[in-house]
Amino acid sequence: MTYILKPQLHHPKLPTNGLGYTRRDYEGSVSTLCAGCGHDSISAAIIQACFELELPPHRVAKLSGIGCSSKTPDYFLGNSHGFNTVHGRMPSVLTGANLANRELIYLGVSGDGDSASIGLGQFAHAIRRGVNMLYIVENNGVYGLTKGQFSATSDKGSKSKRGVVNHDAGIDMVSLALQMGATFVARSFSGDKAQLVPLIKAGLAHKGAAFIDCISPCVQFNNHPGSTKSFDYVREHNEAVNRLDVITPRDPIHVDYKPGETVRVQQHDGSILSLHKLAELYNPNNRAQALGYLQARQARGQIVTGLLFVDPDAGDLHDSVGTVDTPLNQLGEAELVPGQAALAAINASLR
Amino acid sequence: MPEPAAAPNGRRVALVGAGPASLTVARDLAPLGYEIVLYDQDAKAGGFIRSQIPRFRLPEEVIDEEVGFVTRLAPMDLRLGQRVDSLKALLEDGYDAVFVGSGAPRGRDLDLPGRQEAAANIHIGIDWLASVSFGHIEKIGRRVIVLGGGNTAMDCCRTSRRLGGTDVKVIVRSGFEEMKASPWEKEDAMHEDIPILNYRVPKAFTHEGGKLTGVVFEVVEAVYDDAGRRKLVPSGQPDEHYACDDVLIAVGQENAFPWIERDIGLDWDDWGMPKVDPLTMQSTNPRVFFGGDAAFGPKNIIWAVAHGHEAAVSIHLFCEGRNVAQRPPPGASLVSQKMGIHEWSYDNDVSNDRRYRVPMREKAEALQDVRLEVELGFDRELALGEAQRCLNCDVQTVFADKLCIECDACVDICPMDCITFTEEVDEPELRTRLKAPALNLTQDLYVSGTLSTGRIMVKDEDVCLHCGLCAERCPTGAWDMQKFYLETTQAEAACLSR
Repeated sequence: MTYILKPQLHHPKLPTNGLGYTRRDYEGSVSTLCAGCGHDSISAAIIQACFELELPPHRVAKLSGIGCSSKTPDYFLGNSHGFNTVHGRMPSVLTGANLANRELIYLGVSGDGDSASIGLGQFAHAIRRGVNMLYIVENNGVYGLTKGQFSATSDKGSKSKRGVVNHDAGIDMVSLALQMGATFVARSFSGDKAQLVPLIKAGLAHKGAAFIDCISPCVQFNNHPGSTKSFDYVREHNEAVNRLDVITPRDPIHVDYKPGETVRVQQHDGSILSLHKLAELYNPNNRAQALGYLQARQARGQIVTGLLFVDPDAGDLHDSVGTVDTPLNQLGEAELVPGQAALAAINASLR
Repeated sequence: MPEPAAAPNGRRVALVGAGPASLTVARDLAPLGYEIVLYDQDAKAGGFIRSQIPRFRLPEEVIDEEVGFVTRLAPMDLRLGQRVDSLKALLEDGYDAVFVGSGAPRGRDLDLPGRQEAAANIHIGIDWLASVSFGHIEKIGRRVIVLGGGNTAMDCCRTSRRLGGTDVKVIVRSGFEEMKASPWEKEDAMHEDIPILNYRVPKAFTHEGGKLTGVVFEVVEAVYDDAGRRKLVPSGQPDEHYACDDVLIAVGQENAFPWIERDIGLDWDDWGMPKVDPLTMQSTNPRVFFGGDAAFGPKNIIWAVAHGHEAAVSIHLFCEGRNVAQRPPPGASLVSQKMGIHEWSYDNDVSNDRRYRVPMREKAEALQDVRLEVELGFDRELALGEAQRCLNCDVQTVFADKLCIECDACVDICPMDCITFTEEVDEPELRTRLKAPALNLTQDLYVSGTLSTGRIMVKDEDVCLHCGLCAERCPTGAWDMQKFYLETTQAEAACLSR
C-alpha cells in the first residue's frame, strides 16, 4: 500500500462534466491493495464511468461484502453512500436497501470468494429477483487475503503460484447469471478499460439485474504462467464479441461503423447501447444462444468478453412486487398507517 | 571552493572588469596555476552587484565575503581602481589570454524635449544607483518619477523611497504584465507604496526657470496584429502631466567598448557588439574571450557566471594548444532513490502549501536607511516549510519497458494524468491521444520501447509532480525514481579529461 495521500493537484486541463465535477471528484481514499492489483483498475473504471454518466455522487449507493474486492468501494466515490456487509451477504443488504429507497443507483461490488463461495446463494437469488442494480464481481480466481488458495472460480487444471494443480471445476459466474435470469450480462478484463468503462456505464443505466464478471489478475498470487487469470493468459485468450459505445440522451450520436455491423439497443433511461459486432454470429439479445456460445468457446479455451446478453425491456423487483413509486423511506405516517377501515377492506378482499 | 594550485603553471591571464563573470573565470583558472591579473575601475571587486544592486537588497558584507572566497584562492594581482583604456596595450603586455567581463556600463538616455534644460534633475538610473552605492548621493527630491519597467527601475524607485522620496511613481510604456521586472520585485516596490502606472509613453520633460517641473505622457493602448505582435498605439485620451522634482531614467542598458581598438583582429556586428562564439565565448581574436553582459548585452548574474565557466574552459583549452570547440562533456549521473517498498531517499509527499514569503523588516524602519537589508531571511521553521514545497524536479521517473506488465496501476494513480499506454503513432498525433493532451511542444514526451501488447508507454513530463506514486504502485519495479545529477564542465574537468 501507499502511505502518502494522492496529491490534490491535478492536470490544468482536467475536464469537468455537466455537474461541474472533475473525474478526481469521484475518487475515494488511496488504495491499500497490493501495487498493480487489477481491482484498482476496476475502481478507476468505475470512477471514469460515473464521471462520464454525470452521476451525482450522493445518488449512488455502493455495497460490498468481504475480501480484497469488497475493500475497493473505499477507493472510489468517496462522497457516495456505502455499506460494507457481512461476508457473502451483500446481495441481501442491497436488496433491502433497494426496496426501501428505489431512487438510488445501486452498485454491488464483490469478489469470487464473496459471490461464488460463501455468498453463492445470495448472489443467485438477488439476480433471479431482478433487483435493479449493477453487480460487479472482481474475479481473480484466488483468495488473495488468505495468501493465495484456489477460489471457486479457479479453472480446473490451472496451477497455483506454487505449482499445485486445481482439481475442482470452476464456477462460471457469467453462465450462472444468465441461467438465473440476469437481464444484462457482460464479462470484461481489468486490463482493458476501453471495454470495461462503457460496460459499467451501460450496466449502471440498465433497469433490472445487471451483472459484470470482471477478470482481475491478482498480481501477488495469481499472475504466473500456470494461471488462467493472469495478464498474459487473459490477453492471449480474450475473445471480445462486441465493442460497446454508450450514448446517453445528452450525447450527439456519432455513426462511425458501416450499417449491419452495429446493433443499437435503447434502454429505459433513453441511453442507447451501440454495439459494434466483432464476432459475426453473436446476438446479444438471445439468452439461449449466449449460453451455447459461451460453452462452446470455453471448451476451446477462449475467454469470451463483451456485452453478452441484454434485455432492454426488463423489469425489476419493484415491478413484480408492485411497490409504490414513492420510495418507502419517504412515505409518511398517513400512507403507512391507513387506519381500521383500510385494514378491514384488505381483510374483506382476502375472504 | 576548489583547492589552491600547488605551483603556478606559468601562464598569465588578464581579466577586465571584476564582476561575476570575471570572478568566475578567476575561480576556475587560479586553482589550475594560472596567474590572474584582475582589472576594475572601482576600488573594490564585485562589479554590478557592488555598484548597482542596492545595499538594502544585497549588503556589502555579503559581497566582500563572496568576492573574498575567489580572491583568496591564490595570490592574485588585483589592479583595482585601474581602468583599462586600451585592449591593444593589454594584449601587447604578453598575456596568454584576455577575458573581457566589463559589463554593459552605459544606461540608455531619453532624448526628449526639455532633457537638456532640466538636466540637473534628470538622472541615468544605473549611474545614479552607483553614486548612491558609493555614497556620492544621499538625497533625492520629494516627488520622483522612475521611467522604465525593469529590475533597475525597481531598484531606483525603492532607493528613492529611502533617500527622501515620499511620492515615488514608476511610469512604464508597456502593460504591467509585460514589464521586464521580476514579479517579486514589482511586489516589493508596491509594498513600499510605489504605484506602477502602465501604458504611458514619456513625451517631454517640463521645466521652469531651468528647473524640472514634471513629465508629460501620452496614454497608449496595446493592439495585437494577426501574428500576435504587440503594438502600442495612442489611446486618444488627453496627454497626462505628472509633476515631480526628479526623474530617474531606467529604460535599458547598452554595451560600450570605446577602449577596444578596431584593428586588433576583433570583428564586430552591425550593432557594435563583438562577434563572440556563444559556445566557447571566444572572439575572432583567439586570445580574447568575452562573458557576462559584455558578451551579448544585459542578462543576469546567473548568465554571467555560466559564461565565466565556459570562458575558463576555453581559455584553458586555448592555452594548452587544444581545440576550444571540443569541449569536455558534463558529468551526469542517474541513481535510484528506492530504499524500501514505499521508502524513498527523498521526500515524495507533495505539499499543497503556497509559497512562504521571506519575512521583511517593518516598512517604516526599512525606509529609514538605504543600507539596511529589507529581507530578514527565513528562520528554521519557515525554511523547512518552504523547502518542503520542493517538487524534486531532479528526481526522475525512469521506465524499464522489459519489466512492465501493463497493469495500468501507474495510469490510475497518477494525479496529473501524465501516463498513457497507447498504440505507436507519430508524435503530433500521439500528443493528442494521451490521457490529457500534451500541449507544451517545447517539452519532449517520454516514450518507451514497444511493450508486450504492442503498445508503448508515453509520459508527458510537462506536468509531472515527481511524487513517485507511479513507482509506488508499480508491482514489478518497471518505474523507478532516480536522482539526476549534472556536473557542468569546468576548467578542472578540461584538465582531467586530457
